[in-house]
Amino acid sequence: MPELMQFLLSGITVGAVYALVALGFTIIYNASDVVNFAQGEFVMLGGMITVFAYQAGLPLPLAALIAIAATAAAGVAFNKLAIETARGAPVVSLIIITIGASIFIQGVAQVVFDKQLHRLPAFSGDEPLHVFGATILPQSLWVMGGALIVFVGLWVFFTRTLTGRAVLATSNNRLAAQLVGINTNFVMTLSFGLSAAIGALAGVLVTPITLTSYQIGISLALKGFAAAMLGGMGNPKGALVGGIALGLLEALTAGYLSSQYKDAVAFVVILAVLFAMPQGLFGRKAMERV
Amino acid sequence: MSLLVVEGLGIKFGGLHAVKDVGFTLKSGEIVSIIGPNGAGKTTLFNMISGIYLPLAGRVMLNGEDVTGMSPNRLAERGLSRTFQNLQIFQSMTVLENVMAGFHLQARGPVLSDMLGLPGSRRRSREAEAGARLLLERVGLERAAEREAGALSYGALKRLEIARALALRPKVLLLDEPAAGCNAVETEEIDHLIAAVAAEGVSILLVEHDMKMVMRISNHIVVLDYGEKIAEGDPATVSRDKRVIAAYLGAQATEAANADG
Repeated sequence: MPELMQFLLSGITVGAVYALVALGFTIIYNASDVVNFAQGEFVMLGGMITVFAYQAGLPLPLAALIAIAATAAAGVAFNKLAIETARGAPVVSLIIITIGASIFIQGVAQVVFDKQLHRLPAFSGDEPLHVFGATILPQSLWVMGGALIVFVGLWVFFTRTLTGRAVLATSNNRLAAQLVGINTNFVMTLSFGLSAAIGALAGVLVTPITLTSYQIGISLALKGFAAAMLGGMGNPKGALVGGIALGLLEALTAGYLSSQYKDAVAFVVILAVLFAMPQGLFGRKAMERV
Repeated sequence: MSLLVVEGLGIKFGGLHAVKDVGFTLKSGEIVSIIGPNGAGKTTLFNMISGIYLPLAGRVMLNGEDVTGMSPNRLAERGLSRTFQNLQIFQSMTVLENVMAGFHLQARGPVLSDMLGLPGSRRRSREAEAGARLLLERVGLERAAEREAGALSYGALKRLEIARALALRPKVLLLDEPAAGCNAVETEEIDHLIAAVAAEGVSILLVEHDMKMVMRISNHIVVLDYGEKIAEGDPATVSRDKRVIAAYLGAQATEAANADG
């Protein structure tokens, strides 16, 4: 029993990170129909910039803020320089551009930073807490709490504010959004900035647990993509549920089967979703009235 | 003073002139109809005026400003709004939310105030909702306010799109076949609605196949055939024009002219 509890706790922790990455996918997908495979690089940038700013002597909270702001700026620049300039290109081309951007960001990170693994100190110490016979690191609570705050905050933003509703309107019908005066280019910029900032936050929160290096982005992007697919691409609620579910599946697989199969779980999930229910748990069936 | 001036507008699709050298003007509170057989270029003309297509030649002046090829959201800021023949609705939002979206420009505040949920943002949001409900009443959809827009009938969606366009408080309103798919009663309702909106000083540019409606409410009619303007004038003049009758109107025109008096 304590064993199961332990797996559940670590599953939720890593699931919260996947959920944040999936949320990044969701926001950009909604604004532009593009699956942004550079999403994992935002997580990497968040962790790496924090590490280097911290090593340069800045206090940790300030280093984290700088990392999030810089990553958001990178997201905006990515949209302005690579996505907006290719406007009118088919979505598949845009997706390939994001893969290129992912490789590019990795290369730059390798040059600007280094190829080493880096860690950050935990925010509130390394003394494990005991819950129902299992142990949990205080940093895990930071990860879960951070994810919760982001999801609640975004939910309020999307449902209660005009700008948030403009983003939803754009994802619903881009032309109609322009007709009512919504600046859809601004919505795109905002979405990339927001996605990048959320990714960076995930990177900052998780680095004390999992460490970071220039190449962690790819696997996180794939896991986050699997989570978003499972939940239903384009649905924030799906991102949350999909992320946590994938984290739990991974932790249980690693615990009861073998930790060698852990990374295979995400791919099994992608295949299963594509075969059985391509629209995911909360996705809408695409149907056009003709 | 002409609110909208269209001069020498033209566009080619694959070497074919879809619209060629079309011009007309629209004064404040005036209803101008564009008519012509299917494929005459009416919707293409609309798409150029409303910033969906970039014209190859000519220009569009709105309130004295050259707005040729300006994006639809910037045209909306300048008071030009439109509806579509094939509908552009936010399908998965409710009817009320669709119209509230039309208040975007009036209700928008600083993004930061929005993110923080400051009281100003919430007040603007409430005002948008009240305004949207009034407009739904005006088009007779107040009882469908909370329904998902995608579930509405075609005729109801047409009216919803008009309500959303009116939410922008436009100076110029382009209506692309507002009465298509509506029954006789609904058509008459739309007819009254258009006249009432024009009476408030909004200029209306109309594409419509219901000739009785066009003849009844238009101040001025522009006739297109194969992308070119073949005639224009008041309804009586146009319906007597030989080229127009030959091109398109046929028996309907005589009938409408007789009905007119």
